[in-house]
Amino acid sequence: MTEHNVCDLPGIVARWNNDPANMVQILRDVQESCGTIPSDTLDQLAKLLGVPRVRIEATASFYHFFHAESHGAYEILFSDNIIDHMAGKEELKRYLCERLWLEPRKLSEDGLVYVDDTADIGLADQAPSMLVNGYAVPALDHSRLDLIAELIRNRKPLADWPPMLFEIPDNIRQAGPLTGEAFTPGAALLATIARGTDATLAELEAANLRGRGGAGFKTATKWASCRKAEGEAQEHAGPSQVLPGPLGGEPSVARFSGGAHYVVCNADEGEPGTFKDRVLLNSHADLVFEGMTVCARVIGAKQGLVYLRGEYRNLLEKLKSVLARRREKGLLGKSILGEQGFDFDIEIHLGAGAYICGEESALIESLEGKPGKPRNRPPFPDRCGYRNQPTVVNNVETFACAARIAERGSAVFTALGTPQSTGSKLISVSGDCQRPGIYEVPFGVTVRQILIECGAEDAHAVQVSGPSGTCISFREFDRIIAFEDLPTAGAFMVFSRERDMFEVARNFTHFFAHESCGFCTPCRVGTSLLRNTMDKLAAGKGSAYDMNEMKNIMHILLDMAHCGLGHTAANPVVQTMEKFPDAYEKRLMKLDFEPAFDLDGALSTARLITGRDDEWAHLAND
Amino acid sequence: MTEPKKLRVATCSLAGCFGCHMSLLDIDEKLFDLLKVVEFDRSPITDIKTCGPCDIGIVEGGVCNAENVHVLKEFRKNCKVLVAMGACAITGGIPALRNNVDLWDCFQEVYHYGIGLENGQIPNDPELPLPFDKVHPINEVVRIDYFLPGCPPSADAIWQFLTDLAAGREPKLDYEMLHYD
Ligand SMILES: Cc1cc2nc3c(=O)[nH]c(=O)nc-3n(C[C@H](O)[C@H](O)[C@H](O)COP(=O)(O)O)c2cc1C
Ligand code: SF4
Ligand code: SF4
Repeated sequence: MTEHNVCDLPGIVARWNNDPANMVQILRDVQESCGTIPSDTLDQLAKLLGVPRVRIEATASFYHFFHAESHGAYEILFSDNIIDHMAGKEELKRYLCERLWLEPRKLSEDGLVYVDDTADIGLADQAPSMLVNGYAVPALDHSRLDLIAELIRNRKPLADWPPMLFEIPDNIRQAGPLTGEAFTPGAALLATIARGTDATLAELEAANLRGRGGAGFKTATKWASCRKAEGEAQEHAGPSQVLPGPLGGEPSVARFSGGAHYVVCNADEGEPGTFKDRVLLNSHADLVFEGMTVCARVIGAKQGLVYLRGEYRNLLEKLKSVLARRREKGLLGKSILGEQGFDFDIEIHLGAGAYICGEESALIESLEGKPGKPRNRPPFPDRCGYRNQPTVVNNVETFACAARIAERGSAVFTALGTPQSTGSKLISVSGDCQRPGIYEVPFGVTVRQILIECGAEDAHAVQVSGPSGTCISFREFDRIIAFEDLPTAGAFMVFSRERDMFEVARNFTHFFAHESCGFCTPCRVGTSLLRNTMDKLAAGKGSAYDMNEMKNIMHILLDMAHCGLGHTAANPVVQTMEKFPDAYEKRLMKLDFEPAFDLDGALSTARLITGRDDEWAHLAND
Repeated sequence: MTEPKKLRVATCSLAGCFGCHMSLLDIDEKLFDLLKVVEFDRSPITDIKTCGPCDIGIVEGGVCNAENVHVLKEFRKNCKVLVAMGACAITGGIPALRNNVDLWDCFQEVYHYGIGLENGQIPNDPELPLPFDKVHPINEVVRIDYFLPGCPPSADAIWQFLTDLAAGREPKLDYEMLHYD
């Protein structure tokens, strides 16, 4: 009945070199072939890999996509971004559950299906969307769900489902140097070899390329410092340099097998509303891989890794075939393009549903098979990254830009954009507009220009760069997309006048509470308090006191949280409070104070147990 | 010579262990100095049973039952400034460990399966405070003006806090005095 087979553990472990540092990949393969990660598997893995069971358990329990209990033959996860809600996600989810006779978060009685939510899956331009056994299905509507319910009831294996269910168009609405112009694989590498590595770095510097993952750090600076940093040569491999893990205690896995320096491509793209890396990887993977190879040449790396978010599982085979083609053409592998000593190859690792793994040090922890908890920084990855070796971590789009600069030189690149923000930027437009999709724009465009292009006359607010970014109101539409004004990783979610900005912020607080990695208390507790308070307001029980508390929590998060997730987690609330005060005021039932929970309701269990119903067994909810 | 008007202070212990009150008593001989500027209303120290109008109310412990809510609301009504003293009042603390146990299981364990029990019955006397299904911090039930952390807060911290308030200063604890255990 099920799609899942008995799991060949030794085979999986051998496929990943018997290396516990590949634990996330091993667990992914176990999960994919068995449908679960049963408890006894952990014991067997511990034996096979020679590591304590608790260490495996720590990893297995950290990631959202891993679970010990069965989710049946079909696990369905609805994308839960506000954009999906606006496109009718809740109603569609109920519809599917009714058709399949089940309740969300409960395995169906016949053990066949399980339905739940998951954080945004990178398809906001085709919302609502979902994952079926890890594979994305976009553009859901009633008829597609009818079909899916039918396929499930007939127990059709996923491989036999109509391919059109899984078709995901790129939706490139406005192309540019990255998305619109032809690229000959190898062109950037030839230019790099001809120019030399110093001159290539100088070119990047002159282009003033800044990271596209959000923070905008200068790429040339990162590469140069990584290149300078001393790595450990392969011969010295062994658990010599043991640095503490995030807690300072448990040392990071330190079994070196690769070369001294590493190139890591951050394809985690977890920020809700962002989907440009999906499109680059789907249609311009050569540009990205070539950028990684240029980087390898510059910093002297032998191995590259792509950390592809689990939600993009559907891209894996395609990307692997691009890599294989590049090997055939001599663009990867030994002596690239005939250059003696220019050896480099790329391996793809899949994530398992954790937004925090987009943070570069958490990403490295995850690549090393551990729970994705951010490390203490400094040292930054450029000095101490993957396997504690010097590592460049860049966003997908950054590598694509680097390839273009290596190929064409800096002048072409700086012809676009502003002096501080050179080149083009891929914007992922979604929400209330006629033409959602990818817009490759020069830096410096105004929000208004993008709104006109995408057909959003009615726009009232835009969330730039996702929940951790900036919420701007219609009064600010002349601000520009640029590091000096509105920096962005690409998300651009449009909200019309009809939308309730309070609900937008509330959705984001749920996102952060769910995705907080739990490592530090201010964020673990603070994000939950924010979510609970927003829910209290939504239930019509809010007061001025609660508003104040949320502001206090914001200060605590800013001052005390360990990483960027915590620092930005209160942004949506604080910004919408400031820019859309009406959305909050209409929810404040009492101006002074209102209890956080239903006092009388919280006594009902005890009333039931004791059989009491006297006057003292009740409380007034005033 | 007219003495300056003393601050009236009420204290109570809800779902706490009285450790915070012990710490209050640990002010030791300085209690005499304290009594020059404050006088106690309802408090385990005075054994006064209901709270009258006060300047400061100090609450130890979280809220675990209906009676706690009545006391807490009485304090809020009568006290100009209400203070959550100690980890239990601020977060629920030790008593909130039961929040992970189903209330029904708690009752069963205590009244049905406990060692030495025969024919145990669950009491239903209206005199007994009825428990909530979870223990809550007091700021989830009434508005709180100040939080004094620690389990318990040190005598010095309590002293500093009260004398600041009595002198009309915004209370401020030095870094060494501010601790959470
Ligand atoms: C919570 C959090 C999530 C992040 N998610 C991503 C992501 O999904 N993709 C990405 O490229 N960078 C992400 N980043 C930024 C990375 O830490 C890092 O700055 C980036 O990969 C560097 O590449 P760049 O210089 O090319 O931008 C995230 C940062 C934080 C704090
Ligand atoms: S701020 Fe949040 S996400 Fe970052 S380390 Fe702390 S708990 Fe984890
Ligand atoms: S905070 Fe500590 S000392 Fe005070 S009541 Fe709670 S357990 Fe007792």
